[in-house]
Amino acid sequence: MTSSALLRREAEPAAIAADTAEPTRAMPTPALPARSASAMAARWIKLNKERIRALLLGTISLLLFLVAWHFLTKYRVVFFVRFTNVPSPLAVHASFVKAIHDPHFLMHIALSCRRIFLGFSLAALIGVPLGLVMGRFKLVHETIFPVAEVLRPIPAIAWVPMAIMLWPTNEQSIVFITFLGSFFPILVNTLHGMSLVDPVLVRAAQCLGAQERAIFREVYFPASLPHIFTGLTVGMGVAWVSLIAAEMISGQYGIGYFTWEAYSLVQYADIALGMITIGVLGLASSLLVRAIGKLVMPWGRT
Amino acid sequence: MSNADARPAQGHIEVKDFALSYETIDGAVAAVTETNIHVKPGEFVSIVGPSGCGKSTLLNAVAGFLKPTAGVVTVDGEKVNGPSAERGMVFQQYSLFPWKTVRENVEFGLKMRGMDRSQRERAARTLLGLAGLEAFEKHYPDRLSGGMKQRVGIVRALATGPKVLLLDEPFGALDAQTRVIMQQILTNMWQRLKISVLFVTHDIDEAIFLSDRVYCMTARPGSIKAEIPIPLERPRQQSMMMSSEFLALRRGLMSLIREESLKAMGGEINDLAMQGLTIDLHGHSLADVL
Repeated sequence: MTSSALLRREAEPAAIAADTAEPTRAMPTPALPARSASAMAARWIKLNKERIRALLLGTISLLLFLVAWHFLTKYRVVFFVRFTNVPSPLAVHASFVKAIHDPHFLMHIALSCRRIFLGFSLAALIGVPLGLVMGRFKLVHETIFPVAEVLRPIPAIAWVPMAIMLWPTNEQSIVFITFLGSFFPILVNTLHGMSLVDPVLVRAAQCLGAQERAIFREVYFPASLPHIFTGLTVGMGVAWVSLIAAEMISGQYGIGYFTWEAYSLVQYADIALGMITIGVLGLASSLLVRAIGKLVMPWGRT
Repeated sequence: MSNADARPAQGHIEVKDFALSYETIDGAVAAVTETNIHVKPGEFVSIVGPSGCGKSTLLNAVAGFLKPTAGVVTVDGEKVNGPSAERGMVFQQYSLFPWKTVRENVEFGLKMRGMDRSQRERAARTLLGLAGLEAFEKHYPDRLSGGMKQRVGIVRALATGPKVLLLDEPFGALDAQTRVIMQQILTNMWQRLKISVLFVTHDIDEAIFLSDRVYCMTARPGSIKAEIPIPLERPRQQSMMMSSEFLALRRGLMSLIREESLKAMGGEINDLAMQGLTIDLHGHSLADVL
């Protein structure tokens, strides 16, 4: 502090009162009086310019993709890659309309979702607590981490033969592979989150009378949550990759199996339909994880 | 302000023959040596010193985060063995829990003590009202200014009714104007609660303005170089900072710290050698400028 600053303050002792003088970001800015609905609409557009632009560009880009796809397949372009047998967007649309009335197709989707749900939930239920405990207790970390490091680089697909040997049913081995795919990203990110917990916050909690268990629950866990959710989002993506591979190799049913089967049965439109379905399901589940994250962490900063 | 008669008998800090050193590969490195300080119940005491002198180390030992290598820290005769809610602490980095709202932050200590929800909600609201923060009880710390965050930090530390309040450069990260306001708020709270305060700062004006007594530490390894009573009457006004009494105290402390800061910078600057220099800096010699 400089004494000149103090001098300046001296002139207005009333400003010392606790709740004046400090500008804050939290204060609501006074709203301009809105004259009419059209003025309000204009303001809304001005405020949301960025979002509107992004939405517009996104739509245009998707449309352009469809148009390009349409013409490439319509004229059966052969230019390094061959579009000779590639189904057109309209053909895919037709098979989609047929498929949504077909209980088999819906069952494929339901089964894949079930496998994802089981494998991913198991990974989260084991990975998050394990990561928290490993992050808190050095001894556990030193014991388990080497094994995890050796197993981690093995892609889930490489586990397929082993999984078939390990588990009595096909279904179990597919869930196991989905589990493996999402387990490591979840574990590693949880560990990372734990390693970044601000020690000053732990001290602050101790000064307020918090004991070990309370510190774990009130400080370590919430402080790691943003990274835990990063792990869950990444884990969800890898879960789909692993699931589709497992379904294609060892599966009966499931959307990955559907896609592979379409190829075997020379139903080219169904290949694209399967692929798009996988994309949409993967996107939806990632969005779901993110939405849950926002719900669990209302303080933002993610 | 004479509140001697109203002073409670609680919150007597005693640091005796204190030393603290860190183990390194080259052996022990002393951070603080041969230190004796005390804070009487209800007293406001500051520790100033050059950066790296171990003043924060000393405060952390009183808080219970660090164990002394030699000597003992006691509060009301009881040896300090670890952190506890008896000694509230305010950190420079605010250290509010970002995942808790302002009110939940203030409630934290009471929750740890097992107070039920409605009771601690009421207590937190009252305290936030005293600090002029009731309108922000539902905000997350992320959305508060630095001064408001630190007000919450102080209120949170006081909520459990600690015997002593420890502050580690609490206003170091604030701008000058906010800092003056915060000093006033802290003084008001201290006078109302009559709690013992141990305050670490590198700001001499702040130390004099706030304290009953100031300890000045030597450069690393830190020890007490001087103990300066501040006889300025209370309640203190900003205008006092221009009084001759204040300025005399300031000059005294300033020269003590300057000596130590130069030592900390690795050897004293040789003033005589400086005077031999004839570098012209807009009409001043380098020696004058330094």
